[in-house]
Amino acid sequence: MSDTTVPLESQTGHRSLLLPDEKLKKRRRSETWFKMLGLGAVITGLFFLVILIASIVYNGVPAFTQTYLTIPVTLPAEKLDKVGNRNPSDMRKVSTFGYKPLLEQALIDTLADRGIEMPFDDAGILADLLSDGAAAGVRRQVLDNPDLVGQTVEFDLLASSRIDGYYKGRVDRASVNRGMVLTSVHLDVADALKEEGLVERRFNLDFIIGADASDNRPEQAGVGVALLGSLFMILVVVALAVPIGVAAAIYLEEFAPQNRFTDLIEVNISNLAAVPSIVFGILGLAAFIQFANLPQSAPLVGGLVLTLMSLPQIIIPARAALKAVPPSIRQAALGIGASRNQMVFQHVLPLAMPGILTGVIISLAQALGETAPLLLIGMVGYIASNYPDGFLDGFVSPNSALPAQIYEWSKRADPAFYERAWGGIIVLLVFMLAVNILAVVLRRRFERRW
Amino acid sequence: MSFGTLFLAVIAIAAVAFALSRRKVLGLAQGDRRRLHSLPHYHGMHAMLLAAVPALLLLFGWTVLQPVVVDRVAVSHFSGEKYDTSGERSLAMSEVRRVAESIDALVRGGKLGTSELETLSDEDLGRELDDTGIPVLSDLPPQIIDSARIYRSVSATGDLIKLGLVLLLALAGAAYGYSAAHPDLRARNRTEMGVRGLLVAAACVAIFTTFGIVLSLLFNTIEFFRIYPAGEFFFSLTWSPSFGGGSELGIIPLLWGTLYISLIALLVAVPLGLFSAIYLAEYAHPKFRSAAKPLLEVLTGIPTIVYGLFALLIVGPALSSVFGRGGMGWMPSDTAVITAGLVMGIMLIPFVSSLSDDVINAVPQAMRDGSYGLGATKSETVRKVIVPAALPGIVGAILLAASRAIGETMIVVLGAGAAARMSLNPFEAMTTVTAKIVSQLTGDADFASPEALVAFALGMTLFIVTLGLNIVALAIVRRYREQYE
Repeated sequence: MSDTTVPLESQTGHRSLLLPDEKLKKRRRSETWFKMLGLGAVITGLFFLVILIASIVYNGVPAFTQTYLTIPVTLPAEKLDKVGNRNPSDMRKVSTFGYKPLLEQALIDTLADRGIEMPFDDAGILADLLSDGAAAGVRRQVLDNPDLVGQTVEFDLLASSRIDGYYKGRVDRASVNRGMVLTSVHLDVADALKEEGLVERRFNLDFIIGADASDNRPEQAGVGVALLGSLFMILVVVALAVPIGVAAAIYLEEFAPQNRFTDLIEVNISNLAAVPSIVFGILGLAAFIQFANLPQSAPLVGGLVLTLMSLPQIIIPARAALKAVPPSIRQAALGIGASRNQMVFQHVLPLAMPGILTGVIISLAQALGETAPLLLIGMVGYIASNYPDGFLDGFVSPNSALPAQIYEWSKRADPAFYERAWGGIIVLLVFMLAVNILAVVLRRRFERRW
Repeated sequence: MSFGTLFLAVIAIAAVAFALSRRKVLGLAQGDRRRLHSLPHYHGMHAMLLAAVPALLLLFGWTVLQPVVVDRVAVSHFSGEKYDTSGERSLAMSEVRRVAESIDALVRGGKLGTSELETLSDEDLGRELDDTGIPVLSDLPPQIIDSARIYRSVSATGDLIKLGLVLLLALAGAAYGYSAAHPDLRARNRTEMGVRGLLVAAACVAIFTTFGIVLSLLFNTIEFFRIYPAGEFFFSLTWSPSFGGGSELGIIPLLWGTLYISLIALLVAVPLGLFSAIYLAEYAHPKFRSAAKPLLEVLTGIPTIVYGLFALLIVGPALSSVFGRGGMGWMPSDTAVITAGLVMGIMLIPFVSSLSDDVINAVPQAMRDGSYGLGATKSETVRKVIVPAALPGIVGAILLAASRAIGETMIVVLGAGAAARMSLNPFEAMTTVTAKIVSQLTGDADFASPEALVAFALGMTLFIVTLGLNIVALAIVRRYREQYE
């Protein structure tokens, strides 16, 4: 009796279930914390993604525009066409160096015309405003159209990378003085030229289709040739990895008996999927270049290495796609008298095709962005300045590849190349994005639920 | 005849065999398909496979092996102590190949007749090559020119035999297929066996690849240990290769850098990835989950070169402005362990999170319900029921991420620096096994020198470590899966 006389409240405080006690409050607090931690982790991950994309876009977009100076250049016949017949093959004898003084003179004349003070003693220093490639550009236009000789023609001359960077806000007065070539006096002239409306920034098609340029002409460097190299490599991958991978998947999923040999193949495939890409580079170097004497830096070798790398990436999703085709389809085919081969090739494979294609496309996108193995087979350090001579030549003549080209630029001393590298990344990501969208569309279009 | 034309020729022969055999059986059956054992196109394919497959196999095999054999023959003509080591021989061999190509170019350009070439003395030939401005060594040793001639003649003979044999094999296969074509021939069964064989061959490519990797690593590693003591490689604490000789090639500083960077990467990736996975699997609204998950996975799809550039040009300078000379003064340069580790961690977040997501979702709902029924909150359920149940899978995911981190190349090549250093300061530049593989094999080093060969020993180490991690991880994951299914 005495036990029950003790009021409940005095034992544990108030015990209404509607009011949380200390312990419950603590548990709820920790619950909120835990949830916040999780949300924070997701947001941090997304934040990194945003930063990454933002820095790519911010740094890379300028590469798609290029600064030109619109300068009238006098093309004296006595210097450019000594024979006087306006025949391009004769005029070819005047090299780029022959055009340089003309551009220097044109710049001086323009400054005088527009009332801008000429700050340098030497016209050559003033001409540093222009790219080393500007004279070559004028020469090409003159050779294309010999009738220009003897006239004064307005040319859009490629500005040097520093001047280009100054207009884009990449280069400022402090940093330009640290460099060897230009001084802030050049920038004064550049400002004056801009006020006169002689500066034009326009879309830089040459960046996308052009060739790589040497170390001192970043303003002329483009990804075009490297892009072709990547294309040839992907062609090799498509021609080899896709049939081999799909065939292997068909064998393992549809025909392979349960035995040691099948296990061996499966273990090999899952291990190859996890081998670091650089090891595939070593394989390419030792097997294809050292042993089989294939040419270095050739897209063929790169394509072979990428083929071996993408095989597991193709086989594993292809097997999953084949497995997803319901057994009823197989039984129906066998039931009406198809052989096993006919069942697989005429019924199962077409139904599994969308899934297989999705895997193939994703693995191709991965292969497109792979860099490390290409370093070892000599696709870096090779300056991709020449287009291949033809379709077959494209496979064996030395070339770079898009990711290798980006790496190459990121190693160069001139920061102007960094802009190109970021621009190259945009090109690469646009390609990968397009490929992935294609995969998603295919999946949506052909996906079937059983 | 070039490889491409020969290939097309074989294909053409096979196509003709297909058409002829198909027509032959239809003719023999007097156009009545019911008299055939197999559908007409199986009869065609039977002949086509017989014509194409052996011939193409021979073509590929011969094309790969011929240069190897020709090299052997040409090398056997070098003598004297000048060509004693394999390095000098391979250098001379590449010279021979170049000279041979230059002669080919001369002949193609019509500057040199084939008969002229045989009568021309070595000196004259050398001068001829010089005149054309083809870059060859100015004074070619007669041995090289001699070998180049042999190289050319053996190559030419080989090409001729290849052409003959391949065409012969294709024609023989086609002829046999055509003569065997008969309405009673079990063409479908035979064709299907052939196709089955091709499928097996495709599946075996994976085995050959593994073999190729192991062999190419093994041979060169053995070669390396023959000229460099294994004890020093494994236990020396200095890494200072010098291409002049007298290098110290200890792997320990490289392993230290690799593990340190991987550790930082995992310290970033594991908590973020794990918490993301838990939040997305247990808390997030389905709509949020279906938006956030693919977005996070974009991070895995981005090529590593992009992360490398991001480390070099964005993260490095940003960290340096805080911890570098302007700030704390701990970070001597932009490239550092922390730079590479952080960026690699970002790359691995979705890797960890999607693997963990899979294992968390594999925990049966009944276990959650049981926990809720006992009054546990969501976070208590996660911590005390789900994570312990999913632990083996999570550990497996972490091990897989570690293997990724150890094998990652581009981020460390661009972000970690080049100096091999053993230090505890994460703001210092260190280097890794993968970065050194790249730097040792992309220089102009002679392939036979220990400085180049060490890359293969490093690659072997890398291969074994990552393979071991993967096997352990997969074993753990597999054992876990069996518990609930």
